[in-house]
Amino acid sequence: MTVNRRKFIGAGLLTLSGLVLLPTINVFAGIDKNKLPEGTVRWGMAVDMKVLATEGPKALEEAAAVCHRIHNVPEIEVEAEAVKWIWGELYEKSFADQKHPYLNEFFLDSLFPVLCNHCDNAPCVRVCPTGATFKREDGIVMMDYHRCIGCRYCMAACPFGARSFNFRDPHPYVKEPNSEYPLRQRGVVEKCNFCAERLAVGKQPACVEANDALVFGDLNDKTSNIWKLLNSRYSIRRRPELGTGPNIYYLV
Amino acid sequence: MYDAGKIIPGLIIFLIIITFPLWYSLGQSAPVLGYQVETPEIEQLEEKKCVESVSYMRASHMRLLDDWRNEVVRNSRRTYINTAGKTCEISLEETCFGCHTNKADFCDACHSSLNVEPDCWNCHSDPKESQL
Repeated sequence: MTVNRRKFIGAGLLTLSGLVLLPTINVFAGIDKNKLPEGTVRWGMAVDMKVLATEGPKALEEAAAVCHRIHNVPEIEVEAEAVKWIWGELYEKSFADQKHPYLNEFFLDSLFPVLCNHCDNAPCVRVCPTGATFKREDGIVMMDYHRCIGCRYCMAACPFGARSFNFRDPHPYVKEPNSEYPLRQRGVVEKCNFCAERLAVGKQPACVEANDALVFGDLNDKTSNIWKLLNSRYSIRRRPELGTGPNIYYLV
Repeated sequence: MYDAGKIIPGLIIFLIIITFPLWYSLGQSAPVLGYQVETPEIEQLEEKKCVESVSYMRASHMRLLDDWRNEVVRNSRRTYINTAGKTCEISLEETCFGCHTNKADFCDACHSSLNVEPDCWNCHSDPKESQL
């Protein structure tokens, strides 16, 4: 059998039509790839800035201190080498792209709690060369400190600056180590883990327990408090235009 | 063969040196590792059993710990079912150190006499340390 020009072009067109077959079927079957299947857990957090404003300036600091204490986060004075899991940041730093000259004073003056956004499409997961950072099925961006080689690609990739590097041995900087949680060693990156170890035993994350302005729950469950809150109030996310799909919502 | 008088004794000497690790310990008893299992916590146990048999733990505790780590960190599974069908929590801090509170006499004694340096304690707390 010889292939003439007519047959060749015909086969080419058939191949091309094959490529659009699956997307077309998905559209007609109503399958949305970006939508999570029913019953899948997707942990997320909402920060109620109005409640936070009523709590006074120390409330956020205390919640962060609780987190840092139970996770043995070293307290390093040198800002460039400081290790943080959750902390307060001004609007002009946390929402720099949305700042304008006529902004309400409330936004300009309040500290916004910032932490790892546990992105749906996390850039840190994509760049990690050893697979030390990975995405769990429930949405948590988790770190396996055993595998981290300290290359800091993830820190360069994270648009939120949510990751810290252990420039020095953290042990001397943890005053009262919590024996139930391990420390890290020099040369590894660390960040918020959404209290995966507490979720495993049915507890809420430590910062959420410590501060009423923070609401944690399953975003994919319409009966959860967080879903109801997000459905009833206006919320913003940090840098959504980057397409990383952050899971921390700020109710303003 | 030219120079057989030099080559053959040379080969014999070479063989003796290269097999040194094999014949050196012949006739000697196995080195005493000198680790102590007993701790007050183990004394109080009704059934003095580790999560697996002693021989398995002695030979493969590192593999078990490796599997445990992957189970917790990667697969979010925190219970272990041992070969006897019993379940226990996967936790170095709680399950292992709950009984083995004598790191210096148990872990370190064996590791140092075998010249292995596991880096577990770079991050995981040593039970003695947490008692302070």
